[in-house]
Amino acid sequence: MNGKAIFETDETDFSIFIKSAYEALHIDYSKFFKMDNLSKLAFMIADVLLKEDTEKDVALVLSNKASSLDTDRKHQQSISDSTNFYPSPSVFVYTLPNICLGEISIKHGLHSENAFLVFDKFNPSFMKDYTNSLLKEGNAKKVLCGWVNFDNGKYDAFLYVVANKGTFAHTTEELTRLYQTI
Amino acid sequence: MSELKQELKEKIIEQLNLEDIAIDEIADTDPLFGEGLGLDSIDALELIVMLDKDYGIKLADPKEGRKIFESIDTMAGYISEHRSR
Repeated sequence: MNGKAIFETDETDFSIFIKSAYEALHIDYSKFFKMDNLSKLAFMIADVLLKEDTEKDVALVLSNKASSLDTDRKHQQSISDSTNFYPSPSVFVYTLPNICLGEISIKHGLHSENAFLVFDKFNPSFMKDYTNSLLKEGNAKKVLCGWVNFDNGKYDAFLYVVANKGTFAHTTEELTRLYQTI
Repeated sequence: MSELKQELKEKIIEQLNLEDIAIDEIADTDPLFGEGLGLDSIDALELIVMLDKDYGIKLADPKEGRKIFESIDTMAGYISEHRSR
């Protein structure tokens, strides 16, 4: 966070990694384990960024490449055999990428603007313009933005909060530089 | 019946991803929803699928679930009476 590691592990298995991080970061939220992998990843990072923030007018703008494909595949598998047709409701509810925004909003009591965008790769120029527009139009006091991608056990995420005053310059070049540090 | 109750507790913890709850923390009479285990509406749907998949019981009216899923006791009683597998 802001260039400092808050949790480190050599574990490569996502389910073990995320559970260890959940415990290490003291995230006490029983619904966490019901979430799909994309939501767990987005929720955990958002929790680190928002837990000390009292501002509730925080818009959420996240993006990725794989959308909810990882969970879509699980759902597809459960409906592919007509003689063993038992789709799981708790898997099905995560077959949209923006569900992770709902999970973050519920935990932090946000009733704000939100959007989940799908790009081929992290798009700092679009994210910057979209976020600036939200702030300029008065649609939010802050914006939690970023990239959170999960597919087939592989994942990467880069989340940041934009406000009218902050630590880093909100430019395409700076976002590109910061994203490349992860 | 006690074997079935134990089986139900194991299945509920595994299928509803209740990672922070141990089997011996669930009493047979504990309410599964609300104040008890805190299950939600999606969990209720998951339990309906479980009845069908594992015990061959199809609930024609999801509202029936309200009474059946009150506790492990009521679930085990209903399953014993209606199961086809």
